[in-house]
Amino acid sequence: MMASSYNAKDEDGHITVSGPGGGALRSKKPENTAFKQQRLPAWQPILTAGTVLPAFFIIGLIFIPIGIGLYVTSNNIKEFEIDYTGVDMSSPCFNCSQNYSWNSTKPCTCTIPFYLEQPYEGNVYMYYGLSNFYQNHRRYVKSRDDSQLHGDMDSLLKPSKECEPYAMHDNKPIAPCGAIANSMFNDTLELFYNDPNGTKVQISLANTGIAWFTDKYVKFKNPGGDNANLTAVFQGTTKPVNWRKPVYELDKNASNNGFINEDFIVWMRTAALPTFRKLYRTIKDSKMVPTLPRGNYTLEVVYNYPVRSFEGRKRMILSTISWMGGKNPFLGIAYITVGSVCFFLGVILLVIHHKCGNRNNSTDISN
Amino acid sequence: MGSVVSFFERLLGTEKKKEEERYLRANDRPFNLSFNYDNNAIRTSKYNIFTFLPLNLFEQFRRLANAYFLFLMVLQLIPQISSLSWFTTAVPLILVLSITAVKDASDDINRHKSDNQVNNRTVSVLINGQLKEEKWMNVQVGDIIKLENNQFVTADLLLLSSSEPLNLVYVETAELDGETNLKVKQALTVTGEMEDRIEALAAFNGEVRCEPPNNRLDKFKGTLSLDGHLHSLDNDKVLLRGCTLRNTEWCFGLVIFGGPDTKLMQNSGKTIFKRTSVDHLMNVLVLCIFGFLACMCSAMAIGNAIWEVREGSVFTVFLPRETGIDASLSSFLTFWSYVIVLNTVVPISLYVSVEIIRLGNSFYIDWDRKMYHTKSDTPAQARTTTLNEELGQIKYIFSDKTGTLTQNIMTFNKCSINGKVYGELFDFSGQRVEITEKTQTVDFMQNPLADPKFIFHDQSLLDTVKEGDPEAQSFFRLLALCHTVMPEEKEEGKLFYQAQSPDEGALVTAARNFGFVFRSRTPETITIWEMGRKVTYELLAVLDFNNVRKRMSVIVRSPEGKLTLFCKGADTIIFERLHPSCNKLKQITTGHLCEYAGEGLRTLALAYKNLDEDYMDDWKQRHHEASTAMDGREERLDELYEEIEKDLLLLGATAVEDKLQDGVPQTIEQLAKADIKIWVLTGDKQETAENIGYACNMLREEMKDIFVVAANTPEGVKEELLNARRKMCPDAADEPEVIKSRAGLFWLKKTEFVQDEKVDGEYGLIINGHSLAFALDKNLQLELLRTACMCQTVICCRVTPLQKAQVVQLVKKYKQAVTLAIGDGANDVSMIKAAHIGVGISGQEGMQAVLSSDFSFAQFRYLQRLLLVHGRWSYLRMCKFLRYFFYKNFTFTFVHFWYAFFCGFSAQTVYDEWFITLYNLVYTALPVLGMSLFDQDVNDRWSFQYPQLYTPGQLNQYFSKNIFVRCMMHSCYSSLILFFIPWAAMQDTVRDDGKDIADYQSFALLAQTCLLVVVYIQLCLDTHYWTAVNQFFVWGSLAAYFAVSFTMYSNGMFLIFSSSFPFIGTARNSLNQPNVWLTILLTSLLCILPVVTYRFILIQLQPTINDKVRYKVREETLPAPAPRRPPRRRISTRRSGYAFSHAQGYGDLVTSGKFLLRLNLKTRPALFSQTDSPLAESQPQHYRTIPEEREEGKSPTQEEASVE
Repeated sequence: MMASSYNAKDEDGHITVSGPGGGALRSKKPENTAFKQQRLPAWQPILTAGTVLPAFFIIGLIFIPIGIGLYVTSNNIKEFEIDYTGVDMSSPCFNCSQNYSWNSTKPCTCTIPFYLEQPYEGNVYMYYGLSNFYQNHRRYVKSRDDSQLHGDMDSLLKPSKECEPYAMHDNKPIAPCGAIANSMFNDTLELFYNDPNGTKVQISLANTGIAWFTDKYVKFKNPGGDNANLTAVFQGTTKPVNWRKPVYELDKNASNNGFINEDFIVWMRTAALPTFRKLYRTIKDSKMVPTLPRGNYTLEVVYNYPVRSFEGRKRMILSTISWMGGKNPFLGIAYITVGSVCFFLGVILLVIHHKCGNRNNSTDISN
Repeated sequence: MGSVVSFFERLLGTEKKKEEERYLRANDRPFNLSFNYDNNAIRTSKYNIFTFLPLNLFEQFRRLANAYFLFLMVLQLIPQISSLSWFTTAVPLILVLSITAVKDASDDINRHKSDNQVNNRTVSVLINGQLKEEKWMNVQVGDIIKLENNQFVTADLLLLSSSEPLNLVYVETAELDGETNLKVKQALTVTGEMEDRIEALAAFNGEVRCEPPNNRLDKFKGTLSLDGHLHSLDNDKVLLRGCTLRNTEWCFGLVIFGGPDTKLMQNSGKTIFKRTSVDHLMNVLVLCIFGFLACMCSAMAIGNAIWEVREGSVFTVFLPRETGIDASLSSFLTFWSYVIVLNTVVPISLYVSVEIIRLGNSFYIDWDRKMYHTKSDTPAQARTTTLNEELGQIKYIFSDKTGTLTQNIMTFNKCSINGKVYGELFDFSGQRVEITEKTQTVDFMQNPLADPKFIFHDQSLLDTVKEGDPEAQSFFRLLALCHTVMPEEKEEGKLFYQAQSPDEGALVTAARNFGFVFRSRTPETITIWEMGRKVTYELLAVLDFNNVRKRMSVIVRSPEGKLTLFCKGADTIIFERLHPSCNKLKQITTGHLCEYAGEGLRTLALAYKNLDEDYMDDWKQRHHEASTAMDGREERLDELYEEIEKDLLLLGATAVEDKLQDGVPQTIEQLAKADIKIWVLTGDKQETAENIGYACNMLREEMKDIFVVAANTPEGVKEELLNARRKMCPDAADEPEVIKSRAGLFWLKKTEFVQDEKVDGEYGLIINGHSLAFALDKNLQLELLRTACMCQTVICCRVTPLQKAQVVQLVKKYKQAVTLAIGDGANDVSMIKAAHIGVGISGQEGMQAVLSSDFSFAQFRYLQRLLLVHGRWSYLRMCKFLRYFFYKNFTFTFVHFWYAFFCGFSAQTVYDEWFITLYNLVYTALPVLGMSLFDQDVNDRWSFQYPQLYTPGQLNQYFSKNIFVRCMMHSCYSSLILFFIPWAAMQDTVRDDGKDIADYQSFALLAQTCLLVVVYIQLCLDTHYWTAVNQFFVWGSLAAYFAVSFTMYSNGMFLIFSSSFPFIGTARNSLNQPNVWLTILLTSLLCILPVVTYRFILIQLQPTINDKVRYKVREETLPAPAPRRPPRRRISTRRSGYAFSHAQGYGDLVTSGKFLLRLNLKTRPALFSQTDSPLAESQPQHYRTIPEEREEGKSPTQEEASVE
């Protein structure tokens, strides 16, 4: 076997070539650098049994406990979901759901009783969930004007074209413009605890602290600054077509009104998938211990938001949370599965390696 | 502006009418200007400041990929379609365009500079009777200019007069055709008489009619009419631009062609564009991808239509349709929207990256010290930077012999004078002594003019000459007189010979050392020093060499007045013309010649003849008539030569030795181990070639059989080929299986393919030129191909340049294999151009081969490094790059596809637009470049240790359509994981403070982070060679991703451009969530796990050669290279290690004296020839001259018709 058939010695001596004129010319010999000679020091990992098999076992050993932890955590989260769309004739909201009008002056209210089998401790979050609602449709997603929402006066009066067809109404700019804002969720949900002793206690729901900090304080700004008179600022604009009241009347609390109304901000953060839930209220300072004791509750819905036309669903969700967020058993199960698969694969590979690997690798390479 | 104008002219078909004939009058500018001939300014640059932008953009958009992206950009400007902002396409496109534009611009600036430099050179021009310095660019057709020694020739000139006697001019044509030897041009006597009398020249009003501008360097036809007389003009009287004047004090010339019309310019700029098979595959794949893209988009459009009908129509409460858009129109628009979203399957940066990688790998070749030849100070050179990966796929090598396998440095080694052999050493017992470096050499010190480098071992020859042996003296006198060498004696006694061919130089040098020193020549005389005594011979005629005559004679008159004809030439030719009295000597000499040929020496026979004065006078007269005849000039001359060159008296024979280059046998052994088949195509005779075959390890003793095909009829050739094949493979079908298929773009190209047939054992095939001519015939070529391809080694002897190209074409056509041709001489150019890869040896025979080659280096042995190391790595890198590149882009794109099912097929993207913009350009560009510039499976020494590592490339194992499909499946899997794991993990979940995390922006961030991490890990898995640079690129890119993300999602960016950066806060709000990181970990693991498992199982169950070697590298340290085996010696009469061929240079003008004034030399294009050996078949070998059409760029296949 000839490894290298040229003589490296006579190649490596550096010489200068004398030109015909007698002067020494610079040799054209390439530089001897590791980079140019492709000799850069390098780490050359290969997939050997010694590295792959332990890795599989270790991954298995790490993933299974993580998975169990995640699963247990997720299972400990208490979650209660109630669909109040009113599709069924028997549903208390059936009548309300028949009413499609956006601008009905008479609010339709329905009451849904439910029973919590477990007490909910700590912070409890109340969500509304929508299904079959394409908040991620391209035309929907881009139908907004971030400059306007950022309080830009020019954009307030001249909404971006992206907002069409909800940019202008009656020759007045719409504030906030666009399809997203126009379709803002406007049901009102209220929760009552039916005390075993017969009293009906309203549970106080906090409507602030539900939006991202950055959204509330950076991305969304009322035009004219924090302390401006919103009514005056929004003069000359009109409310979105589907809205019942203008944007500056969303809340009485000045720090939660106008574009920085948190319900509005939460709605404006469009969902990635057509089935989604959004934080509606938090239950923090309930006077009760635990926050929501076991027992009977009533959900009072001011039913405004029509979804039946497109077979949508509306849900109310009560949930506690953990360090890993809301209830979602998927990650736990996935980790356990992947960990087990890894372990199992490790065993299979070990068998394969023992049966064939050594034989193949030890054979010499035929020439 | 010129090119714009010419472009529009071309567009409108109103190009300047083609010139039919050039007509000009000397010293008459107004007259000549009326023809609108181009002046002498040249312009090789393509653009100027104003035309650069439009022209360059136009050129760039002619490329399909760029045009496609321009089209995409236009699509994006339509609001109903635009699913992405304009910048996602514009930024990459502008970047790609500007990189290319910068490269083009810098190239063009260089061209401008060199144009300017050339155009502003000055030359003396005769204007209004006065010599004036004028810039080159202002020289007009019809001007008379004066050139001085060592000046470049300004334009194509008609030579008028010169300082040298007989109006001779010496020129060097290195810049024109690469040859460094001097050529001679001669003016007409009529014009020569003007000498340097300015008034005569100013009054000169000759009119020239000649051919229109063309690119034939060796041809010129025209007439000069002067004072009513017509004088014919030929190539001999024309100085071409690009030459340099040498050894001539001054000369005057009339400008015939200027600037762009000169033959130099007409010859430049025509490069054959070679493309690699990976290129072809890539084009096909890109086309497939387009088809695939259309399918995906159609699927999306159908999905959209369904969605619009079922969901969209009722969802209008919240999302009203735009006016006038119904479901069907919406689905049509969706199609185009998805074309935009999914366009990343056709990656814009693919072509740019491929070019960068190839360039990088070419630089490695240029930089390789192990391919640098110290003696000649020549580094290897990648002249074409776009063919690197093909070097890793070579299946057939076609090699020239002389100068490629052998050094082509000739040494006078042996001779037979008057039946006595000289040059061998015998010990006292009469045994032949092996000549080694230590053997005592003959001391020539007594001869002050001797060449100190000349080495000879046999003292007896010098003694014989000194004793005054008349035959020996005549022998060397002949060698000193009969040649076309030019002497150069800058200092007294320091002689330097400029010889056409190294053989000739060796012979003249031998004569010089043995006391017959050739010192100077004029066209009429040759002065030699015979044993220290100056003797001047009158040179009466030179009967020059050509490949039909295969001999050369001179007729000289000695100072004593004796007329002698000295002749040297191919032995068969000489022997036919010997006087019967030499029969005995002929027999002895024939024996010697056989022996020499067996040793692989190049032989020439020498003979002389005394002439009597009367006959000579008569012959001279007839010769003059013949040489001035208008028609049949050549035939008549040949007859005359034939007449005088007969009844010669044999003197003896010479044997010139040509050593093998260093490391040739080892290299060939290595290449054979790499399963590369080597075909030697040589002009040599069979014996020499066979000998070389053994010497270089191509033919081996352990081969089962070596077939020799040497028949004289087509039937015979067929029979012999059939017999050989039946012996190798008895059960093969008689009719070759030709698989016809279609390939290439749009499957337009028809291909025919002959499969390899299994043979047990190794065989060799030797085929001589005569048989080859028959075998290359249409009926037999498949037979030849089948038989030859079964053999490990094929040697073709006595091959013409055209046949060389034909053989290459044959293999190229039917084997679909990558071929490489390596050679060093002008006779190899056709083959170098025909093969996929042409390699030029920058050796002795001039530069033509190098100039037309794709790679060049100084020694044949570097070929193994070029192929086994650089080629292999380049192929590996390119394939890895393509696999990975397609993987990363498909994975990226498919995620959008899955998302479509969840967003109503609305062409909503999964990722942030900025991420889409930067993904290919910033986040993944450097890591993948790092891999494809640095990766190596095993280092160079292991590559040599196991040449088998080369075979995967030949079989296209690293990248093919199959692998591409596998890539797509892999991407498909990865994208499913990358979409559905985040989807499942984020569905209906919230942050740890109860707030949103399943929103679009967080989901986009999560999906893109997962994607990037997976893509990086995949890269890490694919990288075998982790240098610091790779680490830096990978970690740096990851860091850059997070840095860019945090920056783009920061408050500041949003406050400045609220509409462009709506993702504010996303990174901060979601990357602090544990479940986000757990999801990233999970997706990465799920993407990688199957890959690792699959690869591991493959390594365990079916390890490739690569895996095995890599495993070995890990286990063992590299064994020290085996000690160099001394080349095996063969039987003593067939001394191995030496190779010979005889390739005498073509006709030479050096000696054209006034006697042969009209000798027509232009029809001597033979660039190579052979000597015949007495063993060769009696039937004369036919050589075709290279047809002149060659220069017009016709491919050799078109010339097949002319094959006899």
